[in-house]
Amino acid sequence: MRHSTRIAVGPVQFRIGSDWAAPIAALDQLYANYPQDDARPADATVRLFAARPWRRWLRPSVHIGGDFVVPDALPLPLSMGLLAAEMAMNLQVALGWRRHMLLHASAVAKNGRALLMSGESGSGKSTLAALLGEGDWRLMGDEFTLIDPASGDALAFPRAVSLKNEAIAEVAARVDPARLGPLLGGTPKGDIRHLIPRPEAIAAMHEPARPALLLFPRFGGQTAVERMGEGEAFVRLTEASTNYVAMGEAGFAALTRLVRETPAFGISYADSAAGMALVEQLWDEALR
Amino acid sequence: MSGVQTFVDLLAGRRDAASLASRDWDAVIGVARAEAMLATLACHLEAADLPPHVASLFADQRAAAKVATAQALWEAEMARRSLDPAGVEFVLLKGTAYAAAQLPCASGRQIGDLDILVPWHDIGRAENLALLDGWEWVKQDAYDDAYYRDHMHELPPLIHKSRDRMIDVHHTILPRTHRVTPDALALVGDAVQTPDGFRILNPADMVCHCAAHLIADGDLQGGLRNLWDFHCLTRDFSAADPGFWSALDRRVAMHGLGAAVHRSARLARDIYGARLPAGWDRHDPTDIWFRRRLLARDDWGRATHFFLQQAFYIRSHWLRMPPVMLARHLWTKWRKR
Repeated sequence: MRHSTRIAVGPVQFRIGSDWAAPIAALDQLYANYPQDDARPADATVRLFAARPWRRWLRPSVHIGGDFVVPDALPLPLSMGLLAAEMAMNLQVALGWRRHMLLHASAVAKNGRALLMSGESGSGKSTLAALLGEGDWRLMGDEFTLIDPASGDALAFPRAVSLKNEAIAEVAARVDPARLGPLLGGTPKGDIRHLIPRPEAIAAMHEPARPALLLFPRFGGQTAVERMGEGEAFVRLTEASTNYVAMGEAGFAALTRLVRETPAFGISYADSAAGMALVEQLWDEALR
Repeated sequence: MSGVQTFVDLLAGRRDAASLASRDWDAVIGVARAEAMLATLACHLEAADLPPHVASLFADQRAAAKVATAQALWEAEMARRSLDPAGVEFVLLKGTAYAAAQLPCASGRQIGDLDILVPWHDIGRAENLALLDGWEWVKQDAYDDAYYRDHMHELPPLIHKSRDRMIDVHHTILPRTHRVTPDALALVGDAVQTPDGFRILNPADMVCHCAAHLIADGDLQGGLRNLWDFHCLTRDFSAADPGFWSALDRRVAMHGLGAAVHRSARLARDIYGARLPAGWDRHDPTDIWFRRRLLARDDWGRATHFFLQQAFYIRSHWLRMPPVMLARHLWTKWRKR
């Protein structure tokens, strides 16, 4: 393809090709401080392409594809090329990765132990992880957490954090502007701005962490904590996993072990401060 | 050298995996994924000397393929539990059959839908039993449904509502309106049994079906995988039975599949280095278009040669039905867009 780059996030080496220069330049900027190994073959191929040759210039619209293609995925305007790249990278991992069980969950770690937060988009799992990652936690990822079936450990997938809507201002107020990507306004997911994880989080991206706490956050409403049984946590995580079925018995064993060894809670919180306080409180109790 | 050429060279054993530069693997892996053959390559190169990251990726693929094969065989078991008690005999086809028979080409082979063949007189009962046991129609469109029932070699596809897996119930191996009509009764009647009690086509018929599927039906999309099946099947059957090629000759003549099977054999020789016996080792200048179509992928895994693809697409329809019917079919499909 005309323009391309290579990015390693956690255990996955991507090669990303594009019909346009802009999305690649934007990616290179976001991922400039990630470890580079140009000789390493790619695990996943991502393609950003124009469906028709003239759509490269005329109302350019970015289709996402690669090793795996979703036939009826809608294209995005070129101004949202970075979002297209992010979606395409997620898609390849979600459908193609088999080494670990993939959970649609954010994660942060402290002292070698991990906190996993799983929830629908809008639950606040990304924002909580981003904010905790600015404190004394290591950000492991805002979108995917990988579980190693052999050890039961969580592995990081610290791609650039995708901040949405209100979360943008909240995080932007606390970080160096150089760590923020361009503002993508009016995307199908609302306003989006990417946050580059702290250098320590990137440097530690290959370090596993044993799960210590499992939270299912829900943004909005009164502060509430509800202990969740193993069965419910199990079922929710099967739904949050993109490769649980494909992993077969190994996935079942990994997930059973995770919910048996890790206390789980559903939490509701009215704002980020309340959410973070709740997280710290439950973390202290879990590790006591 | 292009990724797709390196890919087939690795499978054919013309190229040593250790001779690839680290970054050559990008294109090989991309092409293999696009052809749904990455696990096949991973199994083929299990003992090869590979860069560490490639070796890890290939180990993932082999493990995943084992799970996928077990899941595919479970679907076959589900079909058996549905059809057997009512006395509907069925024959496993394609990937599931190779896996059930533990043929070498099954290692790493992707299996999509469960394909089974039942005798024509049992097709209605097979459909009713499947519907009772949780399979549902996928196509809601009345024209598509009627098209399948009137002209195709299989029922409209069914999907299982809880396991989310498709089953294709065939009554023969080429569309009813196709210029070639294989002897479906002989396919079922001469089927053989696996140790697990599944019925599969006998070796010669299995090869005939593979070639029919590759050359006579469809537009050669994903053809490298079908051709690899053909290559492995003929290689292993002829190694086990010296009379295999002449048995194949007889079955090919009976089913009217001479052109398709011979072409498959020549392509397997040209692309995967198959060794053919005297009567088979021929040359045909039109093979070049098939080779080009099969190898039409760039290093990013994208399909190339747009016009050649289109030509094969039109050819597949041309073979599938007589011209007037084709015109009517395309007209109906076009109006419904």
